[in-house]
Amino acid sequence: MTEVTTPALTIDALGKKCPIPIIMLAEQINYVPLNSVVAVLADDPAAYTDVPAWCRLKSHRHVGSYELPGGGWAIHVRRNY
Amino acid sequence: MAYFDAASTEPLHPRAREALLEAVDVGWADPARPYTQSRRAHLLLEQARSEVAEVLGARPDEVSFTSSGTQAVHLGALGTLHGRRRAGRHLVTGAVEHSSVLHAAQLHERDGGTVETVGVSLTGRVDPAAFEAAVAREGTALACLQSANHEVGTVQPVAEVAEACRRHGVPLLVDAAQTAGRLPVPAGWSVLTASAHKWGGPAGVGVLAVRKGTRFRSFLPEDERERRRVPGFENVPAIVAAAAALRAMAEEAPEEQRRLSELVGRIRETIPKVVPDVEVIGEPVERAPHIVTFSCLYVDGEVLLGELDRAGFAVSSGSSCTASTLRPSHVLEAMGVLTHGNVRISLPRGATADEVDRFLAVLPELVRRIRHDAGVA
Repeated sequence: MTEVTTPALTIDALGKKCPIPIIMLAEQINYVPLNSVVAVLADDPAAYTDVPAWCRLKSHRHVGSYELPGGGWAIHVRRNY
Repeated sequence: MAYFDAASTEPLHPRAREALLEAVDVGWADPARPYTQSRRAHLLLEQARSEVAEVLGARPDEVSFTSSGTQAVHLGALGTLHGRRRAGRHLVTGAVEHSSVLHAAQLHERDGGTVETVGVSLTGRVDPAAFEAAVAREGTALACLQSANHEVGTVQPVAEVAEACRRHGVPLLVDAAQTAGRLPVPAGWSVLTASAHKWGGPAGVGVLAVRKGTRFRSFLPEDERERRRVPGFENVPAIVAAAAALRAMAEEAPEEQRRLSELVGRIRETIPKVVPDVEVIGEPVERAPHIVTFSCLYVDGEVLLGELDRAGFAVSSGSSCTASTLRPSHVLEAMGVLTHGNVRISLPRGATADEVDRFLAVLPELVRRIRHDAGVA
């Protein structure tokens, strides 16, 4: 099943090195309602692995990672609690 | 100052130092010449070969010395692929192999060969069934698997994979760089590689053992040295020292590696209790005795390494900010674990419980401060 959800919040972490994108995500995920999606835009290769790993550690859900036309990814995370 | 980076290089073993100083005086001549000084160098070289072969479970004539572990992997992988060209041009490797394996695989691909990389679990272990499915492919010329991972310590199921390779008639190259001298060499290898400076020998000596009956042909210009497997004049004094270190290390291993493994166990157990938001990585039980890796959420690995250095601890990291490539370690990526805030501790022979306790005492405050400075609540 593919899940198409418009993000409730987009965090622009392009050009930022890890762990900054993760720090931004951890702080800002609390601004969106439960079960809604946050999109992290990042181009540090570490973020591609680290956002899903953060979701696993923090029991949020990694919805998917989508390549951006200009490089990097939109990494979608669903707030679970 | 506590040195916790044995997986990069183990300090020179005192027995290696003694052997090296002696051999520099008596083993300098060309071992391939017929006069007295040469016969002495030749004797020393062959004695060292026998000793290394015995510890690694090989026959002396199967063992060649290279100039590094990396060179042993390059020559071993590409030489076996070359020797088995008629069988096919397919290579199978694990996803968390040392970069020397992956770089040899890239060269093989550029040269028209094919490569399949078998993924690993969250703990960094290859699945023997998945590995067997990969080597079952028609035209597989070689498979490569490490004895234990260099970054997270996870021991690979080499014996099972070797059995699977045997069933399919595929030679297996085992990269034993992290375990030679510490753990027994797993059975079933066709090609074995190791590196002396990781077991307390000097830098500049690697081991390439090719099991009798394995098709092997060096891809380099012909040279008579080392059974035509490795070109160039052998560094006899360093090889003699490497053999002395390996014997000493292997003799001490049952007791010393158990002791180090207990210290690693203590670190694995304590860190999640004293540092919040931390992930201890790798197999908890099936692991190299001396290696433990963890990642701290929201922490810049380079900053943490700098702080630890100032606090008197030499450790390593797989975080991208500490790598020359600006990419996180391929090992952590393949495992799907946190790559930032990563610290690898690898205990050398003689590391003390006091040093470990001191590390565990200073780490929580360093991590707390780095997080605080980065604005993490």
